[in-house]
Amino acid sequence: MSKKRLIPKLQLKTSSYDPNRMVLVVTKKFDQVTEIGDAVSQSKIFQDQGADELIFINIDRENKDIHKLSKIIHKVSEEIFMPITVGGGVTSEDHFRILLSNGADKISINTIAVKDPSFITLTSQKYGAQCVVVSIDYKLDEYNKFKVFTKNGSYNTGLNPIEWAMQADKLGAGEILLSCIDHDGMKIGLELEVTRQVSENVSIPVITSGGCGLAQHFADGYLIGKADAVAAGTFFAQRDQNFMQTRSQIKNAGVNIRVHS
Amino acid sequence: MIGIVDYGMGNLLSVYSAFDYLGADVTICKHPEDLKDVDKIVIPGVGAFKDCIGKLKSENFQEALNEHVLNKAKPTLGICLGMQVMAKKSYEGGEYEGLGWFDADVVRLHPSDPSLRIPNIGWNEIDFKNDVVVFKGVPQKSDLYLVHSYYMKCNSQLDVVATYQYGQTVTAAVMKNNIIATQFHPEKSQDHGLKILENFINWKP
Repeated sequence: MSKKRLIPKLQLKTSSYDPNRMVLVVTKKFDQVTEIGDAVSQSKIFQDQGADELIFINIDRENKDIHKLSKIIHKVSEEIFMPITVGGGVTSEDHFRILLSNGADKISINTIAVKDPSFITLTSQKYGAQCVVVSIDYKLDEYNKFKVFTKNGSYNTGLNPIEWAMQADKLGAGEILLSCIDHDGMKIGLELEVTRQVSENVSIPVITSGGCGLAQHFADGYLIGKADAVAAGTFFAQRDQNFMQTRSQIKNAGVNIRVHS
Repeated sequence: MIGIVDYGMGNLLSVYSAFDYLGADVTICKHPEDLKDVDKIVIPGVGAFKDCIGKLKSENFQEALNEHVLNKAKPTLGICLGMQVMAKKSYEGGEYEGLGWFDADVVRLHPSDPSLRIPNIGWNEIDFKNDVVVFKGVPQKSDLYLVHSYYMKCNSQLDVVATYQYGQTVTAAVMKNNIIATQFHPEKSQDHGLKILENFINWKP
C-alpha cells in the first residue's frame, strides 16, 4: 500500500515589484495575497525536509503566462528530485506540452475541465491518466451548499463537488485535488465531509487541501477525510512549522506516512 | 557518456537533471545513430505503452536499441514505461508487442483489496534482492516513488530483483545481463533514488 502523502502547495503570482518575476505567495480564502519569497529556494528547503511531492499553482488572475511559469518549473526541476504537479491557467494541449517538457510530472487543470470536460479525456489519453490532476475548488454558496467555483474561486459553476469529482474520474482523470476556499489559509482544519465523500466515491487518489494549521489537521484529512494526500500552503510557508516534527506527529496519530531517513 | 533516449515522450528533463546533478556526462539521444556515441543507455518514459512502442518503431529506435543493448551489451536502464516496453507484450488498451528483452507481459494492477486506488501514485516500501550492485547502499524497505496502473509480470522469477506490496506482489525492478529496469522513478525518489542512479553510473555488468 502506498504511504499517505504530505505535499507543500506553492502558490505563485507575478511580483508586484517586478512584472517579469513570479514569487511565492500565501492567500486567505483565495484572497488577501501576501508575498513571502522565492519558489526555487523554498522548494529546496522542502526537499531537504523530505516532502513527498510539490504542487505549484499560478494564481495570477489575469495575463496568466505559461512561459513565465514554465521558467520557474524548469529551474526547480534541475535541483528537485521528487514529483512535481503544475497548474493555474492551463487551457490547451500546448500548455501541457510546455510544462511537461520543462520538468512537470503532472498537470493540474481546473476552469478548462469544467468548461470542456472532454479536455480531461483528451489529455489523459495522450499523456496518461497519471498526468492529469483535476483540481476542484469549492465553497459554500448563499444556500449553504458546497459548490464548485472556477476562475480562481470567483465563478459559481453550480456543480456539486462530489458529483463533479466522480465525473472527472470517469472521464479519465488520474488524481483529484480538492481545495476548500472557505478554509484556505484559515488554519482551522480541513473541510472533511466533501473530502470523505469524494474519497469514498472515486477510484483514483484524492489530495485535499485548505485550512491546515496543526499536525492534527493533516491526520484528520487522512483518517476522517480518507484522503490519500494532504496539501498545504500557509502551514509550510511559515517557517515556525517544522516539517519533520509535523511528520512524526502525523505518524504517531496512526497514519502510514513516510518518515524521512 | 550516458545517453537518454528521446523518442518524444515523457519527462526527460528530470532524468537528465538527476544525472547532471550527480556529475555524470549525459546527453539526449534524439536519433538512433546518436546511440553510437554513448556507452550507457537510459530509456525513460511516461504515458501509454502503445504510443511508446509506436514511437520507438517509427523513429527507428527499435533496431538501434537491439544493436546497442543486446549485441553491444551497453549497460542500460529502463524507467517506468521504459521498463515495461522491454517486455514481450502489453495488454494496456489492447494487445501490443514490446521490445521482447524480458519474458514478461505488462498487465493491469489487480490488488486483492478493491479499495486500493489505480493508478497507484506514491511512495512504497521496496523489497530488494540481495547483492544487486545497482541497489548497493540503498536500505531494504526504502521508500521509492511509483506512479503506474500497469506492471511487468515476469514469467521467469530470476529476472525479478525488486518487488513491493500493493494488495499483490508487484514487480518493482528487473535485471538481466547488462539491463536493469525499474518501475519506480529513481529520478523522483530523492536520496535513495539518486543513489541508484549513481550506482548505475558506476555499473560494470
